[in-house]
Amino acid sequence: MKADPRGVLTGTHFLDGDHACCEGALAAGARFAAGYPITPSTEVVERFASRVPKVGGTFIQMEDELAASITLQGAVWGGAKAFTVTSGPGFSLMMEHIGYAAMTETPCVFVDVQRGGPSTGLPTLPAQADMMQARWGSHGDYEIIALCPNSPQECFDLTIRAFNFSEEFRVPVMFMMDEVVGHMTEKVIIPPADQIEVVPRRKTRKPVEEYLPYGTNGDGVPEMAHAGDGYKFHVTGLTHDEHGYPNMTPATQDKLVRRLQSKIHDAIDRITLLEEECLESEDVVVVSFGITSRVAQRAVEMARERGLKVGKLRLITCWPFPEKRIRELAATTKAFVVPELNLGQMVREVERAANGKAKTFAVPHAGGSVHRPEDILKVIVEASR
Amino acid sequence: MSILDVTNPVEPFLRTDRMPHIWCPGCGIGTTVNCFARALIESKIDLQSIALVSGIGCTGRVAGYVKLDSFHTTHGRAIPFATGLKLANPKLNVVVYSGDGDLSAIGGNHLIHAARRNIDLKVICVNNLIYAMTGGQTAPTTPGHAITSTSPYGTCEPAFNLPHLVEAAGAVYVARWTTFHVKQLARSIGEAFQKKGFSFIEVISPCPTLYQRRNKLGDGLDTMKYYKEKSKVKHGAPTSEVGLTMTGEIIVGKFVDRDRPDYQSLLHAQMVESLGECYVEPSETVCSCS
Repeated sequence: MKADPRGVLTGTHFLDGDHACCEGALAAGARFAAGYPITPSTEVVERFASRVPKVGGTFIQMEDELAASITLQGAVWGGAKAFTVTSGPGFSLMMEHIGYAAMTETPCVFVDVQRGGPSTGLPTLPAQADMMQARWGSHGDYEIIALCPNSPQECFDLTIRAFNFSEEFRVPVMFMMDEVVGHMTEKVIIPPADQIEVVPRRKTRKPVEEYLPYGTNGDGVPEMAHAGDGYKFHVTGLTHDEHGYPNMTPATQDKLVRRLQSKIHDAIDRITLLEEECLESEDVVVVSFGITSRVAQRAVEMARERGLKVGKLRLITCWPFPEKRIRELAATTKAFVVPELNLGQMVREVERAANGKAKTFAVPHAGGSVHRPEDILKVIVEASR
Repeated sequence: MSILDVTNPVEPFLRTDRMPHIWCPGCGIGTTVNCFARALIESKIDLQSIALVSGIGCTGRVAGYVKLDSFHTTHGRAIPFATGLKLANPKLNVVVYSGDGDLSAIGGNHLIHAARRNIDLKVICVNNLIYAMTGGQTAPTTPGHAITSTSPYGTCEPAFNLPHLVEAAGAVYVARWTTFHVKQLARSIGEAFQKKGFSFIEVISPCPTLYQRRNKLGDGLDTMKYYKEKSKVKHGAPTSEVGLTMTGEIIVGKFVDRDRPDYQSLLHAQMVESLGECYVEPSETVCSCS
């Protein structure tokens, strides 16, 4: 369906990534946010608090991130599209409720504007060191989707994708920004509402007596009812059967947890968003994401000026990890170079997927600034040998 | 009509396909559920409009046994979940049904802030003075000197007086009963449904398996006798004076019944004042569904 025009600020704007993310959420149909202030993400909810009363929605500032991350899920079951926004320390507090959303299949979006860590770390400076936490931070086996924008325009566009994926697969989607992308200001074009595709909630139309809250058909994604619809359904974070009733047996656990994984894995080709440049028989492929991809772009250009054969692969979808594409490239390339604002997270995935077919070189950075292109270039030169 | 056709009047409120329940013999939680169901029958509220939210623990399991839209959430977070539910769909009557440890320890911060905001929630707090589901550890509500599995020599911490806490934080309706006071409890729950704002009903309830046994306080029946003999009804009692001890008097009754605007009324008034005609009611745009 098309976006509700009331939430869409059509036009050409000069916005930072945080504000663009908020506009993306509004365009996607988000009418509820619960938040707790934390640098460098707060601008997203500040704008939402200003905008949403005029389009028919609610913002509530909660007492902490534990509350924010579950209040939004209450709102989802009450019928709203909802999200929360945070940064590292708050993201840590939200982990339990990312697990709850995964387990109860509550469609929602968690925005993490990454800053330097661990702990309070660097509140005003960038990092990309929450990438593994986004994937594995809550306990147990589960799957999420994580998207990584590298510009304010993408903060708008991909926030809509994040909401759409969350509704399509009934899964929490991590929107992994970073301080630089959040605070850089660039041109953002917001199209007319009738050019924005939004995925509506997968609501059931079944008669009450036929509805199984966690029963699924082909794609492994159950249909949803909202509180007050008359279905008198039960939702629990305990291991549950198709009725949504607790059923703590190994068989039920196996069936449920495997479905939570497979509903995402089976659709990985549709979920995988990549930006590729000159990947045909290059010696080196630079794999990057988020703000680092923009620094990597310069490093790739410098390497080409020196006659090196370098391609570029940008991960827009970081989770589920696009390992099939890395595997394909590993067959034709000598080495991967992976710059990221952490001491080695996504590079492990690249190395795992390459499986020894191509060498993998990390370009670690502890955060607080972005790489210098020369630092990436140095590793590209080394990898080309 | 044969005698076999007689059904319990609360049966339609229960997920009978989930029986038997997990609660121990002598436990008071089932009694509170019975009172809750009777209050619903009495008040004739449309059951479709009720959503019940629980946290984790023995009382947290209530959500799984009532035939209502029901949410068994995470430990301590029933109130913020319920807050989101109520704000997204103000037409819902949202009940939070959970235990003392869940609501006042791990969820204590949410309890006081929801009372401060005066979110229109009906909170039923079953207080068995202990963490029962995990085997009987000290809770913030455990009376001084009581033996628990984590205070084997007796607890030394002062206990929370929950009615005092929630009154101070801003609740509009505060009552306490024991599981002996079934009629009064059902009536209080009915009254809470008539209130707009944060209502809190504490129900003192036995845990014969862990609390009573370790403290040599007898079984479920002995506890009923204690509740009967030592309870004193004092409506309007100052909540500062209703703290509990292990074997002393239990002050019960309706302590607070006052009116102040609930969160959504305040939000509405503020937005209308600031935005005038530009304000769009949130309820008008609950997610347009397929």
